[in-house]
Amino acid sequence: MTFAPLKLPDYHEQSPEVAARFRRIRERPVVMKVRDLHKTFGTNGSGHIAFEKMSLDVHRREFICIIGPSGCGKSTFIRIAAGLEESSGGEILIDGKPVCGPGPDRGMVFQGYTLFPWRTVKQNVMFGLKMRGQDHATADAEARQWLDMVGLAKFEGAYPHELSGGMKQRVAIARALANEPRILLMDEPFGALDALTRCKMQSYLMQIWKKVDVTVLFITHDLEEACYLADRIVVMGTNPGRVLEVIENPMPRPRTMDQLISPEFLALKHRLDELIHSPSETEEKLHLIKLTQAGDEVE
Amino acid sequence: MGLRDWLGLRHELPQRRRLVLVILSFVLPLAVWSIISYVPWIWHPLIRVTDPGGVDYFMNGMEIDRAAFARESANAVKAGLKAPQGYRVNPVYIQPPHAVARAFYTAFTSPPLLPTEPWLYQSLGHSIRTIFWGFVASSILGLPLGILCGTYRFFAKLQEPFIEFFRYLPAPAFGALCVAILGIDDPPKIAIIFIGTFFQQVLVIGNTVRKVDPALIEAAQTLGAKGWRLLFNVVIPATIADIYTDMRILLGWAWTYLIVAEVVGTMSGITYFIYQQARYRHYDNVYAAIGMIGIIGLTTDMTLAWLGTVLFPWKRRTRKAKQTEPKTLSPEHQTVSSVLTGAAHPESAPANSNPPASNLAGESPRPITAKA
Repeated sequence: MTFAPLKLPDYHEQSPEVAARFRRIRERPVVMKVRDLHKTFGTNGSGHIAFEKMSLDVHRREFICIIGPSGCGKSTFIRIAAGLEESSGGEILIDGKPVCGPGPDRGMVFQGYTLFPWRTVKQNVMFGLKMRGQDHATADAEARQWLDMVGLAKFEGAYPHELSGGMKQRVAIARALANEPRILLMDEPFGALDALTRCKMQSYLMQIWKKVDVTVLFITHDLEEACYLADRIVVMGTNPGRVLEVIENPMPRPRTMDQLISPEFLALKHRLDELIHSPSETEEKLHLIKLTQAGDEVE
Repeated sequence: MGLRDWLGLRHELPQRRRLVLVILSFVLPLAVWSIISYVPWIWHPLIRVTDPGGVDYFMNGMEIDRAAFARESANAVKAGLKAPQGYRVNPVYIQPPHAVARAFYTAFTSPPLLPTEPWLYQSLGHSIRTIFWGFVASSILGLPLGILCGTYRFFAKLQEPFIEFFRYLPAPAFGALCVAILGIDDPPKIAIIFIGTFFQQVLVIGNTVRKVDPALIEAAQTLGAKGWRLLFNVVIPATIADIYTDMRILLGWAWTYLIVAEVVGTMSGITYFIYQQARYRHYDNVYAAIGMIGIIGLTTDMTLAWLGTVLFPWKRRTRKAKQTEPKTLSPEHQTVSSVLTGAAHPESAPANSNPPASNLAGESPRPITAKA
């Protein structure tokens, strides 16, 4: 297979505006600081390495995507950040304070929605507010505002099972944001949705992020999703799980779906592709016995 | 309408057919019963004598085995006497449906034969009271203990091994002990029902609670819930509907212990009624009383099932919701795309004083304040 080499800009090339934007981002305070964090499953050293030492500074209102094939430890990382799992070493600081167990300063959106089925949409959003000790009336009013924001005000009385997957995930986002977390952790939130709904959800998320003072750490295995959403993309690899590269997304904002065919986007995606699908993996040959007589119809 | 329509593997049946089958499930046993009761040449092993004829020990109304009747009849004819007459009947313990149906009414209206005996409604009331207190006593202890076992490993390991052992001890075996400790009246009966229910209850509810989706607990934790709040705001509501179903099934079990419990000490309640009626050979009443237990059990269960759908509306699966959903989404989606292209990112429009109008914008509870 030979193609005429496609002229792509280098994925490092940023327009002056984009470069200036990243400079501004870097000047913002660090919300989440990851220092030498690593995780090994099993007992003392002999176990399976989830991911090797990684460090990362996440700035305020930055949108970070973590991308990698399954088994690279990206989910383990975000669960440690949420406080749902313990690390084997290193630390995560939120506003300078080390993470110790789950807490409302880190909102989490799961792939499986995890809405409380016995609570209506509004009561779901009110959950965190009530846990914080807000009285019913205040929590109610605030929950309404958040639902309005994700466009589900009409469904406040519905139960989760009455909603579609995309709507459920919007409720889950509203529920997490209602707690006013410092950072929103999203673990493949759109992974279970069909392609069309996922597209819509991505633009919803962009709009929400524009309106709300929140930093986002977003896990995905979808390259386009990462390119479309992220400021910076953390690329992780397997065996052992580790950070391969942290890429500053050169695509200017505001982003539209049209940009998905721009040269910057293609260059970025190409680079991500290279990093994630290493040649050894893609060129693996299967030992196939020929079971067809259809000749050359299939190539 | 082929055979496949009725018997297709996991093939959904339409409402009409389901109803037909439900009715048939009751009609078929009833039909078998009617055939045995009313068709004279099916079974009917006895002959009721209407005319003793020449057999000296026969009396009017006497019921005798068919073979014996034929023998005596032949002997009488041989001796030149008049042959006895009679017709085939079932033994008295097979009562025809109409007699049992009548007994459902007459058992309530006929006064007891002895002044010390209770009326039927009193017997039933007594039984229901026994069940009720046995089940309530069991639930007061078993429900919290089951929930604790399902939630905390500590309680599970501390309680469950012993309970696993104890539940294999048949409740009726404790009858003599219960009487020795609690006397001969109601307390030992309530205790038997308690023993029969409690141990199962702890294990069943513990298992149900253990099945709570761990992701829900994690989600609640990331929303700031911890400790007992997690138990009361997540674990219990997440499982309460299933616990309720468990309780319904356990109540059914409690009923199966009733007869055994009522034999303990002085016989009481519906069991006493049944034994007493059997002694008087009022077998129609016996069948009616047994039937009443079934009817009371089934109606209680159906009422509780209905109550469950009222109490736990999220368990009601509506099929319509999914179909109407795209309609409600589409107009909104149009505005979303227009917002997307029109909206300014905070970076490119740092002022942020003119938020683009859209139904998604709403009033942000927390406007952006951070500007690097």
